[in-house]
Amino acid sequence: MTVAQNHYDAIVVGSGISGGWAAKELTEKGLKVLLLERGRDIEHIKGYTNAFKEAWDYPHRDKATEKMKDMHPVLKREYTLNESTYGMWAREDESPYVEIKRFDWFRGYHMGGRSLLWGRQSYRLNEADFEANLKEGIAVDWPIRYKDLAPWYDYVERFAGISGNRDGLDVLPDGQYLPAFPLNVVEQSVSERLKKAFGGSRHLICGRTANISQPKPEQNRVNCQYRNKCWLGCPFGAYFSTQSSTLPVAMKTGNLTVRPFSIVTQVLYDKDKKRARGVEVLDSETMQTYEFTSKIVFLNASAFNSTWVLMNSATDIWEGGLGSSSGELGHNVMDHHLNAGAFGEIEGFDDKYYFGRRPTGFYIPRFRNWGGDKRDYLRGFGYQGAASRQGWQRHVGELGIGADLKNALAEPGTWTIGMSGFGEILPDHSNKISLDRTVKDKWGLPVLAMDAELKANEIKMRKDMMQDGIDILEAGGAKNVGGFNGECHPGKGIHEMGTARMGRDPKTSVLNGFNQVWDAPNVFITDGAAMTSASCVNPSLTYMALTARAAAYAVDALKKGDL
Amino acid sequence: MDRRDLLKMIAAATGMAMVGGDLWAADLKSADAGKALFTAPDIAFLDEIAETILPKTDTPGAKDAGCGAVMAVMVADCYDLPQQTIFFEGLKTIKALAKKQFGKDFMQLTAAQKHELLSKLDQEAKQASGPAPHYFILLKQLTLMVFFTSKVGATEVLRYVAIPGRYDGNLPYKKGDRAWAT
Repeated sequence: MTVAQNHYDAIVVGSGISGGWAAKELTEKGLKVLLLERGRDIEHIKGYTNAFKEAWDYPHRDKATEKMKDMHPVLKREYTLNESTYGMWAREDESPYVEIKRFDWFRGYHMGGRSLLWGRQSYRLNEADFEANLKEGIAVDWPIRYKDLAPWYDYVERFAGISGNRDGLDVLPDGQYLPAFPLNVVEQSVSERLKKAFGGSRHLICGRTANISQPKPEQNRVNCQYRNKCWLGCPFGAYFSTQSSTLPVAMKTGNLTVRPFSIVTQVLYDKDKKRARGVEVLDSETMQTYEFTSKIVFLNASAFNSTWVLMNSATDIWEGGLGSSSGELGHNVMDHHLNAGAFGEIEGFDDKYYFGRRPTGFYIPRFRNWGGDKRDYLRGFGYQGAASRQGWQRHVGELGIGADLKNALAEPGTWTIGMSGFGEILPDHSNKISLDRTVKDKWGLPVLAMDAELKANEIKMRKDMMQDGIDILEAGGAKNVGGFNGECHPGKGIHEMGTARMGRDPKTSVLNGFNQVWDAPNVFITDGAAMTSASCVNPSLTYMALTARAAAYAVDALKKGDL
Repeated sequence: MDRRDLLKMIAAATGMAMVGGDLWAADLKSADAGKALFTAPDIAFLDEIAETILPKTDTPGAKDAGCGAVMAVMVADCYDLPQQTIFFEGLKTIKALAKKQFGKDFMQLTAAQKHELLSKLDQEAKQASGPAPHYFILLKQLTLMVFFTSKVGATEVLRYVAIPGRYDGNLPYKKGDRAWAT
């Protein structure tokens, strides 16, 4: 680490997936970088306190207690509240928010952010994803195209380590992959049958995931050990996180300073130069305020919190904050909608089982409104799912109690298969977040108010997400197939996007084609806030590529004296 | 996180047992009385019930796994007040039924008598309908969960490999091979 100082070449706000990438890229290019994290430090491996615990080591066997539920009225809505990851999600009593409409916001306020907790599914947006807004007259056009991002996808995939197959599908561009985590025998069977159905338009493929199937010794990372305990932090470094991957590289350059417990309260704006001159930091432990100055600022605080920082910045010039001159700051909230899909049973494989616990399942890429297909809604959805044999959790209705029950449950049950759609949400100006200055967090800072919902396009799409799921599983040979279309509120996908979107025109977008804030070109935002549309694929890989691209551009521009 | 969500969703959608704290979204404050809710004889009673549901055979049973004590912690800390009420009323009912049917304390019944009594309750619970679960459903699910997540249940009745190190998605299986704990 460098000696503590107040001036840096670059400040990176947030240490999650995109912030870690920004720190890595900028330090590797020789910049002195200050990485600010609002929460506590978590050290790689040493900080993963539950990584080697077993089910029986938890007093409540990984269930949430009533006390935990009282503390987390939002988290308790989902699987996210449990004993093994408790403490890895933001405290709701300290950091409240307002729900004008229900919004399930799951935040990781600690070093590494949600890179420690993410689902790791890693897909590229396709060419049509970047063109759809323009062609359909939705929101605004992306300022970039697939070809602009493709080399950066290559670059981040090689470093992060994405395991998957090159499936040769236009809808899901292939990348630079380590060997895939294979389908099991039942998934393989369904995949084969599916090739002969629906005119060959639907494909069940191996999930592409940021877990390494081969070691990366140059990063001190061991290949996946098939424990399926990723969310506890991997002591083998087998999945991509800030701690396992980007942070060690950034530290090694000698150019990085990391400051935890640092809440960035605003970007400091120089109205004469029309540039940021740094950031203001509130030390969350001492309540002291500091100014740190820099030539450039990367906001990577997660979509909504990067937006929050902008809303709090330069308010003497723009009431709505830096970037609000477009009228779009805080608008166009997107996520992916899920919890609609299908499940069934597969017969004929009672002589088959599996060994090991994969860190991924299968993926079925989008097929709706693709090729010749045309629906009464726009865009589409992909499915994520898995097949497995039932365990002791199954009901054994015909069995009562006693030795027969125990013996039956000691053996695996029927093969089942299930999947949920992940649907694209259209950018809509009326889906928005704003500052509520009447509600304050633990540090006296105003909080966000959420006002977003699924609209008609998504609600129509969800019918297909259920029915197509049923049709696919039946075509795949499943029996007793059922569908579901359950409750889904924005936030549930944990893919918040769009609140400081990229665009071609400062009048209708917050960021330009290199993720620079139009009104302060030395401020870059490369997290989910930048997304102009959501696609239906998991977005983190795209944030990585956008970050690496923007960082390269920023360093070049600095050298040329353009910033 | 997506996959976990999915698995949970599938668990719910396919009607797999959802145990303990997940039964209802708790809108009521917990009594939060901790372990003080249960006395040592209460825990012994829970052990006997659990052992009757999952007895020792050629493999260990619920008592070997110390189920009673863990069940007490789960009920005290993870059940909400309505669930706790159902649970405790159920325990009282079982005690009363032992007296009524056999003229003895439940703890004094033979293994066969305990099996007979709880089997009847299991049948009754399966036929019960209504918004609140039958107390024996709670008892049975809690027993299964606590037993199969215990070290004894997971490693001596089921199979568990902490660090598999590899994946085989086409493993031959023959009837009698044990299931993976997870």
